[in-house]
Amino acid sequence: MQEVLAILIDGITYASWLFIIAVGLTLVYGVMKILNVAHGSLYALGAYAATSLGGYWLAHGYPPVGTYGMLALAAIAVGLVAGPLIERGLLRRMYGNEEVVLVLITYAVFLILEDLSKLLWGVDPLSIPEPYSLLGNFEIGGLVYPNYNLLLLAVSLLVGAALALVLNGTRQGKILQAVIHDREMSAAVGINVSRVYLVTFTVGAMLAAMGGALTAPSIAVQPGISADTIVLAFAVVVIGGLGSLGGAALGAVLVGLVRAWAVHKWPEVELFSVYAVMALVLILRPKGLFAVPEARKI
Amino acid sequence: MTKVLESRGLNKSFGAVTAAADINVSIEQDSVVGLIGSNGAGKTTFINLVTGYLQPTSGSIHYLDRDITGLTPRQITRLGICRSFQIPQLFQSLTVQENLHVGVGIAARTHPQAGAAIADEQQEIQTLIERFNLRGYRSQLASQLPEGVRKLLDIAMAVAGRPNVLMLDEPTSGVSADEKFRLMDMVMQALKAQGVTVLFVEHDMDIVERYTHRVLAFYEGRIIADGEPAAVLKDAEVRKYVIGDTHAGAH
Amino acid sequence: MRDRTLVLLAAALAAMLAAGFLLPQWINTLTIAIAWGVVVVGMMLMMRTGLVSFGQGLYYCLGGYSAAVLHKFYDIGDILVMLLAGMLVAAAVAAVLGLLMAKYRDIFFAMLSLAFSMILFGLLVKSEQLGSTDGFGLSVRSVAGAALPQGHERFVVFAGAAVVAFVAALAMHRYLASHLGRLAGAIKDNELRVEYMGESVRKLIHVNYVISAALAGAGGALAAITIGHVDPEMSFWTQSGEFVFITILSGTGSVLAPFLGAIIFETVRSFAYEHSPNTWQMVLGFTMLLVIMFLPGGLWSIFQRRREAA
Repeated sequence: MQEVLAILIDGITYASWLFIIAVGLTLVYGVMKILNVAHGSLYALGAYAATSLGGYWLAHGYPPVGTYGMLALAAIAVGLVAGPLIERGLLRRMYGNEEVVLVLITYAVFLILEDLSKLLWGVDPLSIPEPYSLLGNFEIGGLVYPNYNLLLLAVSLLVGAALALVLNGTRQGKILQAVIHDREMSAAVGINVSRVYLVTFTVGAMLAAMGGALTAPSIAVQPGISADTIVLAFAVVVIGGLGSLGGAALGAVLVGLVRAWAVHKWPEVELFSVYAVMALVLILRPKGLFAVPEARKI
Repeated sequence: MTKVLESRGLNKSFGAVTAAADINVSIEQDSVVGLIGSNGAGKTTFINLVTGYLQPTSGSIHYLDRDITGLTPRQITRLGICRSFQIPQLFQSLTVQENLHVGVGIAARTHPQAGAAIADEQQEIQTLIERFNLRGYRSQLASQLPEGVRKLLDIAMAVAGRPNVLMLDEPTSGVSADEKFRLMDMVMQALKAQGVTVLFVEHDMDIVERYTHRVLAFYEGRIIADGEPAAVLKDAEVRKYVIGDTHAGAH
Repeated sequence: MRDRTLVLLAAALAAMLAAGFLLPQWINTLTIAIAWGVVVVGMMLMMRTGLVSFGQGLYYCLGGYSAAVLHKFYDIGDILVMLLAGMLVAAAVAAVLGLLMAKYRDIFFAMLSLAFSMILFGLLVKSEQLGSTDGFGLSVRSVAGAALPQGHERFVVFAGAAVVAFVAALAMHRYLASHLGRLAGAIKDNELRVEYMGESVRKLIHVNYVISAALAGAGGALAAITIGHVDPEMSFWTQSGEFVFITILSGTGSVLAPFLGAIIFETVRSFAYEHSPNTWQMVLGFTMLLVIMFLPGGLWSIFQRRREAA
């Protein structure tokens, strides 16, 4: 029984993290039809920025509880700077190209940002453990877990709820949905698609950076985390169905639980369990769990 | 008269939308049949069903006494039923010559009747270019062709398969009024040499009257009239639902 | 046109062998470049068919590990046997995976191929027998049964790779000029039309997929032999990303293009590693952007009289 509980908790914790790193990616794809490889880099930049800002805060002797504010600040800063820069400066010129070409462009940006972070922060691992350790632990069924996991869960639920609310409940959200379904038609009825793209990409960047900022306290922030993370985000997004928020949530839960089960029961397959799930889902549902239907061609 | 194509109780629905409702049709060898109806009436759906692009919800399709229901477009094409499209399906990045080269190459290798008949691929391509008046466009990319020529190439590709039954989806749409007849003349001339059963979708009733032996009128997925052109075009329901004559009821 | 490529290939082979002879310090870099060129020839075929794989590392890695396993567990040190093993294992896996892969296009094909390469990565990392993240080494001592001349092993490997590349490129050139080769472009352009003419798109994609896998396997075996070592990173998605990069850089205009692209890539990388290891990815990224934006046909399009489309 304890093992089942452990798997559940590990699974949900991992799922929360996966959702946070994947939701921005699927949002950007849904609206702009771009699978943004650089999403992983934005995640890393968020982690690095969080480490710097948090370190700066602590170095000046401010109360450690303020580091949470620094995490948030890092996410917003990275998103607001990198988002528009990439979208306006580069992507804007290349809309109209095939999907795959746009993916390759974001891959190039990924490579560039990877080295940029090396130039700015060096190659040695950095850390900002305070936000993590400050919260202490909780106990359940004889198992001990860091409260930070609960923070992750809370944030993921909040983000999911907020996005769902915006998409379905607000006028801006309806506009987004229109663009998701038919860009040309949206432009034809007067929607400023250009601005929608900018806002969406920036929000996506902030979400990515937030994922990184939230993760920074629990890992060693170093080169390579972007590459490791983006493939996981890809898997979750593809499993859920490109562009589907609900799909990202379901995909995150599915992958989280499967991986937790693997870690406990069959460690040899832990690393590839994510991709095995992705392959299986694609075999059964070629476009992912929640796919957008396609119109007739001939 | 040999029955070449037949549909029995053909139905197709997409959820609440009925695209084909109980279509019972029997087409004779060598006939020229016009399919008329307003947009969404089910003409293209009929072609899509016969050629395997869509699977019927119920009913069956028979070709020369063989049940072809459920076969794929590839299989049906190989049996001898070829089609052209409302929006010409061409290889945009290839020239007219290259398009036909690919088309003839595939036909020669995969269609039993074409494989036997096509002795020289280059010669076959030449013949098609001549028959469909494409000589002046031979080296142009398909993406750069005027609409009428794109239609001709699309039809030429279908004919490359040496079909027994040829289904043309709106062969003259997008072509200027004065060119329509010239296009149809050319197509019919090219087909006469081969003894082909032709079904084509058409909105222009003058063309329907001139070239068809028989007309099928579609409305909301059903066939509401079936017979000789003159009779069908005078039919009250056809006048009301297809031709759009709002005074039809008064006759 | 056909003759021109044959002549160019022969000239390239001669030039390559001469270069290896005159600049022995470059032999390793050149051999890797050739090996990667072979991989990219396969990717070029897939790209011509309209598909970009983000997981070619799978077959590259299978090729390398096949060669290494032969050495470690069967004490085989023959270049030709290792090469054939690499190709066969890759082709066999592709024959099975291709049944599935041929059903996907665009992003999904790319993602699924990435997934399978990461699955292999995960498997290898967890395999203690195969050295886990460290991988393990291999060495060669003969080619087609004949012992390698002492002191000239590297050159023989290099020359062998050059010959393999020549044969592979020539074969691909012939293939692309044939009916099946024409069909690749037709599929990329309009699958529906191909099906409606009577040809099976899925079957053709499957065939091309297996061919590209075999080439990747060959490249992997050659690379493993040259480096003398294999590790799971060969299957990590960033390795596949580099192959994609070279494919874009080279363009799909000629079977010679992949080798041009690979040589430039390897050369730049060697320099960059030495002088500025923390910026070479940035250089790569900017180069890729420039190529995509201003030279979408790749470097080779500079040599080609491009067809004007309206």
